[in-house]
Amino acid sequence: MDWKGRDVISVRDFSKEDIEFVLNVAERLETELNEKGALEYARGKILATLFFEPSTRTRLSFESAMHRLGGSVIGFSSAASTSVKKGESLADTIKTVEQYSDVIVIRHSMEGAARLAAEVAEIPVINAGDGSNQHPTQTLLDLYTIKRAFGRIDGLTIGLLGDLKYGRTVHSLAEALAFYDVELYLISPELLRMPKHIIEELRERGVKVQETTDLEGTIPELDVLYVTRIQRERFPDEQEYLKVKGSYQVNCAVLKRAKESLRIMHPLPRVDEIHPEVDKTEHALYFRQVFSGVPVRMALLGLTLGVL
Amino acid sequence: MAELKVTAIREGTVIDHIPAGKGLKVIEILRLNRPNGGVLLLASNVHSGKLGRKDIVKIEGKFLSEEEVNKIALIAPTATVNIVRDYKVAEKFKVEIPDEITGILRCANPNCVSNHEHTVSKFYVVSREPLKVRCHYCERTMEGEEILGNL
Repeated sequence: MDWKGRDVISVRDFSKEDIEFVLNVAERLETELNEKGALEYARGKILATLFFEPSTRTRLSFESAMHRLGGSVIGFSSAASTSVKKGESLADTIKTVEQYSDVIVIRHSMEGAARLAAEVAEIPVINAGDGSNQHPTQTLLDLYTIKRAFGRIDGLTIGLLGDLKYGRTVHSLAEALAFYDVELYLISPELLRMPKHIIEELRERGVKVQETTDLEGTIPELDVLYVTRIQRERFPDEQEYLKVKGSYQVNCAVLKRAKESLRIMHPLPRVDEIHPEVDKTEHALYFRQVFSGVPVRMALLGLTLGVL
Repeated sequence: MAELKVTAIREGTVIDHIPAGKGLKVIEILRLNRPNGGVLLLASNVHSGKLGRKDIVKIEGKFLSEEEVNKIALIAPTATVNIVRDYKVAEKFKVEIPDEITGILRCANPNCVSNHEHTVSKFYVVSREPLKVRCHYCERTMEGEEILGNL
């Protein structure tokens, strides 16, 4: 499978084979990393991280991945310190930066910015989040985490909980899960239901989908509970936010009804939707999920650079 | 014959089988209501065997570009275009919604990069009936009034 020079912009661009291939490469890299400590595949290669809006976690994860591959990193972590402030277009910024680097990772507040960057650049571009649209590497690391925890994705019953209306991670995760034989429970307050067109698409693709507001009644069914934060910043109206704030909290009392094997995931940061007491239980998978970002992003960087 | 209710044109285009009520929109989208344009005729709510009621637009001295035909397809997918030369129909074809719509539609998402940077807009047709299109850049789906309002 030739990934050299390929852009990673949207989950919609992937086939199931693409996803499986990346997950397998990530797994191989994780094993190698555990054996050798550091790898040399990307020696001499430079990653440019263009974070037009801050996202410390994603940026550090990409930087860590590039360093672990033996490459180096340049970039910025906010638009304030760049020529964008002087009125430079995104296209010109990209054309300039590609003269200095071999691969670009971009985070931008505008939806479609990564797609535009990929059209302009001759080197590969990886989307690290474009507004409320896509965050494909998060989806891949979510799938990787599930696969590593259960040894498979097929056959699992997965609950997506919280802000299913505005949460881009759950939108693209649901789209990617449609490649697998899974059953999905969409658990949210009425106000934050998954957009209808996504549910229709999932059903058209043969996924068994159930919508509910009832976490406690649903939790005994689940193998994975993917929790999301109710994102205050996405609400156009503060009053609407106040109506749903704190709708769900996953704590040890709720988990009494869960299977022992239930694993809880969260893209983080969390506020109050998972009680810290859960961290110590076998259910907590969210910090392992953070780690998964490194091998998955190593795989994507190495593959698009053509060094793996 | 419904067509005889309005004057025949010598050279130009007749857009027939427009869903009733959409004729004015076709005129607006094609910017045909400019004072220096040729003769423009609209017949509205005409009886139609196929549609029940339909609108017809006749434009003298104008032949449509591919882009203009694609625009008509988005608002009046049932329309047929007749090219008239010397009072006779020289060519006749149905409009068709293309798989990709390039350059003629703005994205309704104010935060879409295509509304801020220098780009040519591009949409993929997700469904023809009802018409739904997805933005190439922000991946947002648009339908109905949103499409009409952004032509």
